Amino acid sequence: MAEFSLPQNSKVQKGKTFNAPEGAKNVRKFHVYRWNEDDGKNPQMDTYEVDMDDCGPMVLDALIKIKNEIDPTLTFRRSCREGVCGSCAMNIDGTNTLACTKACDEVSSNEVAINPLPHMGVVKDLVVDMSHFYAQYASIEPWMKTKTPTPSGKERLQSREDREKLDGLYECILCACCSTSCPSYWWNSDKYLGPAMLLQSYRWLIDSRDEFTGERLDELQDPFRLYRCHTILNCTSACPKGLNPGEAIGEIKKMMLEREI
Amino acid sequence: MARRDRPLSPHLQVYRFQLHMAMSIFHRATGVALSVGALFLTWWLVAAATGPVYFEQVQGYIATPVGRLFLFGFSFALFYHMLNGIRHLNWDMGRGYAKEKFKRSGQMVIILAVVLTLAVWAWAYRALGLM
Repeated sequence: MAEFSLPQNSKVQKGKTFNAPEGAKNVRKFHVYRWNEDDGKNPQMDTYEVDMDDCGPMVLDALIKIKNEIDPTLTFRRSCREGVCGSCAMNIDGTNTLACTKACDEVSSNEVAINPLPHMGVVKDLVVDMSHFYAQYASIEPWMKTKTPTPSGKERLQSREDREKLDGLYECILCACCSTSCPSYWWNSDKYLGPAMLLQSYRWLIDSRDEFTGERLDELQDPFRLYRCHTILNCTSACPKGLNPGEAIGEIKKMMLEREI
Repeated sequence: MARRDRPLSPHLQVYRFQLHMAMSIFHRATGVALSVGALFLTWWLVAAATGPVYFEQVQGYIATPVGRLFLFGFSFALFYHMLNGIRHLNWDMGRGYAKEKFKRSGQMVIILAVVLTLAVWAWAYRALGLM
């Protein structure tokens, strides 16, 4: 059910401020969500003043600079630093995106608010618990399932046109920016699969080589898993890879309808 | 040490309110408003069936500034919900999902809803000789 306010232990309080070094001319403030299991306190927003003349252009560069030079306790996930791995997904300036591909200059004000992915359990600082998200991924059985025997000594072939249907789907890096931007997913993530999983579902539904299309659709036939999507389209707005989960969900709804006619 | 319950990360509190998101919740709000409005519409019809005296009385309520404001809100909700409903139907047909497209269709719904509401009221006021 929809709970609009945060539970008592999750209310965010004002935190510490780390001032910029003397003589820094191009200073930017980063307000970063902090929480750890050990100190018994509620989450708080710490403010870091960063000298942008001595910092890379991306929000991830600033976070790494903060961790290296200002506060080594700051915790976040990152790996590829080029939008391929999806580790540094977080809420920056109010929308979900990858810290590595979001330029500090793209942020609307001179102050950058950084929060963990919304409506998730916080493990520490910007690191959220992704286990439920991954369990949902496993639940859609994201692999090719077939009934016919594999052609001997050959691959299962696909026409150029059929292969093109996977464009805009296979690029998904499972960063969870879309799912955690979706109000329906916030209120019903226990039962609703969310945009990322539905885009992944569609990736297998539309694959000409997969022979379990009907069974896959059966799995989505309930009031929640698919149909909690109300086309709010936060997912499509948020996707840092420029994919369109909203459209993929629309296509699944169409497939559901078409097989009833 | 006992493990503490993990906090829930902020959601509505921090998420940037964008046009498409506002329009979605407003679609639901106008839906609720129209349901309530439908009750008033029924009341008006029942009044008409009851007899001229009671009907005149109800007409009098509607003619007050507050009554008119309600009616104005109802008509706007009706146009907004209808136009945005068409937008939803279009999505259900698999069209209009590109970012630029749903942004533009959203703006069009708002503009058209305002224009149609004002047009209906202008027409009604002219018909009644009030304008």
